[in-house]
Amino acid sequence: MEENHVENPKDGSEDKKSTSRRDFLKNLGLAGAGALTGAAALYTGHLVESKKEMSGESRVLLTQDGKLVEVDSLEMKAVEKTGVDLLQSEGREGIPGRRWVLVVDLAHCRNARQCILACQEAHQLRPDQYHVNTLQMQDTPGTARYHFPKHCQHCDNPPCVSVCPVDATYKRQDGIVLIDNIRCIGCRFCMAACPYSARIFQWTEPRDAARYADMPYNVELNVPQKLGTISKCLFSADHLREGKLPYCVSACPNGVYYFGDENEDAVTNGTTKVTVRLSKLLRDNGAYQLMTELGTKPRIYYLPPKNRLFPFESPVESQPENS
Amino acid sequence: MTEMDERDNIFEKIVSDLTRHIRINTGFLVWMSFLTVSLIVCLYAYSLQLRDGLGVTGLGDFVSWGLYLANFVFFVATSLIGMLISAVIGLIGKKWVTPLTRIAETIAVAFAAVAGLVIIMDMGRPERLTYVFIYGRFQSPILWDVTVVVTYFVLSLLLLFLPMIGDMAVIRRKVPTLPKLLSAVYRILSFNWTNAPEQNKIIARCIRILLIMIIPAALAIHTVTSWLFAMTLRPGWDSTIFGPYFVTGAFVAGSAAVIIVMFILQKNYKLNDYITDLHFNNMGKVLALVSFIYLYFNINEFLVPGYKLKEGDAYHLHQLLSGKDAVLFWFVQIGCLVIPIILMLFRRFRKPLPVMMISVAVFLGAWLKRYIIVVPTQEHPFLPIQHVPHKFMVYTPTLTEILITLAPFIMVLIIITLISKFFPVIPLCETAKERGIENLKIE
Repeated sequence: MEENHVENPKDGSEDKKSTSRRDFLKNLGLAGAGALTGAAALYTGHLVESKKEMSGESRVLLTQDGKLVEVDSLEMKAVEKTGVDLLQSEGREGIPGRRWVLVVDLAHCRNARQCILACQEAHQLRPDQYHVNTLQMQDTPGTARYHFPKHCQHCDNPPCVSVCPVDATYKRQDGIVLIDNIRCIGCRFCMAACPYSARIFQWTEPRDAARYADMPYNVELNVPQKLGTISKCLFSADHLREGKLPYCVSACPNGVYYFGDENEDAVTNGTTKVTVRLSKLLRDNGAYQLMTELGTKPRIYYLPPKNRLFPFESPVESQPENS
Repeated sequence: MTEMDERDNIFEKIVSDLTRHIRINTGFLVWMSFLTVSLIVCLYAYSLQLRDGLGVTGLGDFVSWGLYLANFVFFVATSLIGMLISAVIGLIGKKWVTPLTRIAETIAVAFAAVAGLVIIMDMGRPERLTYVFIYGRFQSPILWDVTVVVTYFVLSLLLLFLPMIGDMAVIRRKVPTLPKLLSAVYRILSFNWTNAPEQNKIIARCIRILLIMIIPAALAIHTVTSWLFAMTLRPGWDSTIFGPYFVTGAFVAGSAAVIIVMFILQKNYKLNDYITDLHFNNMGKVLALVSFIYLYFNINEFLVPGYKLKEGDAYHLHQLLSGKDAVLFWFVQIGCLVIPIILMLFRRFRKPLPVMMISVAVFLGAWLKRYIIVVPTQEHPFLPIQHVPHKFMVYTPTLTEILITLAPFIMVLIIITLISKFFPVIPLCETAKERGIENLKIE
């Protein structure tokens, strides 16, 4: 009896539910039919409209990356900024949400100098002009010598940016310090201010200047280089915009470089392409930064040159000809 | 003979003495031709730099500031003397300084004007000079420097010009032999000055305001110029006393310049009645005093870091005191600072010829000191210099660069020559007034 008592209300509720379900389906059907009709009407209208607006004329255009594309003349509209203007406004702003960071594992650097070559090729530099230069260092007479790839530190408190009189060198939201060589007046105050000697100056006509004369200036690549202006490491800002690793990072054969985004807490090794946690990498390897006592707040970390599997070989002090 | 006549005679003599040199003679033409030809040679060197870039100099990525920057600091420094002579010594009421004020202001104007050009010579892209005004960022000490150098130049020019208005009006009327063109220039520049009491009052008040304003302006230009270095982190530049150190050094260079110029003008223009042994004696004392203060700052600048020997400072001082730059350093410190101070303590070395020769040594030393401040610091940055051409490691100025460095000196000489040739080098009305002639009549 008790069980029946219990079941009866259950049955009743089932009844109620099925009623409401039926009603629901009925309503849904109505709504669906309505929507379909509406959509059909809209679509027909759209077709009619687009047919009316289509000119049928198509133009063949060359895109920035050199592909030919066919575009209807009516779908063409003027772009607000093009060429150098676009490169300048993008280059000044930076890539939102990113905080680029480089980690250099000194234990792996054996002075292959591949990073230097890749960098000089990308930035149209002569063999004696460095955005990155591997130095042979020894901190004190008692400690071991080691190879030290030296980049611009992309300081968060950059002395070079403070002293620039014309805003030619600037700090972007993604942490990169760039130099705009169509703004630079060549006073070289930034070189005097930089404690890392990271900057170079185009004392003479830059390499292949005539060949690149007509190239639009790309501030994220700092090419074409210009006589009488500054050049420096750019963290390969152009490659980062394309989602690629910097030139030096990918060129390293020895797994020295990790590059990535501090916000994501992830860095990718340029040789092995393995991505690791930035915080763990720094913590586990006793990472340090260069001359932090100067208050420049650098964006590059170094992992100490310990447990090296190869002997330190002092290179013949190369003196590249100033060709 | 009435007293009136006697006063008139004194006045006539002053006018004729102080305007005797205002005429074009052979000596002047030869001197100006020499300066012009030299300047053309130097400007040709600059045209090479314009065409080929700063690579024609010995500068490199490590020593990127060299002779030009040393020159700039030196020119700004020397121009400061206008303020010391006219404003400081003048305002405290020392009458002996009157005949020297115009010489000091002429030096101030010439050196300040040329300092602006010197810094353009150092620019990699001089055609972008206007960017400093269009895109200027006020965080940069260069902007401060541009602002104060222009201000100081304008104030100095006014201080040169305002006391000369009365002189020009007098000379135009009293000296019939004045060349026609110059007479016309005098007429325009003297603004119909008639020596009316109201005019004198206005000019006197303007000059007083300028004399007060120029003191902070002058301190500012050299303090800010020193900050071009002191605002960086490099050993040898990273110093808190650079402001006063540079300002006192500036007075040393400027006092020496004034003594040299007054010696040459006294001899050439026969001004023995106006620039006397007293003036050389007193200027010798001034030079000794400012040199002594400068020596004090030098001791601070080298002894304090030398006691602590932080890594970068230790290397820098080692190079200066016993290394690569030691000969130059000790020559400047002993030969151009300590010995001159000692010599000038004795009256006989403050006679015109000896004090002039001492001043030449001090002036030369002052330039070399700027070189010592600018260059050696850059030769040893924090990180080692490796894998670069040899010319980047040691700075050796090229011939082109030296010629370009000489150009500003020639320009200064041209400016000083022209001003002192075509205008009275001794303030005429003021001298007359000091010799008891009030109420000059100008019909």
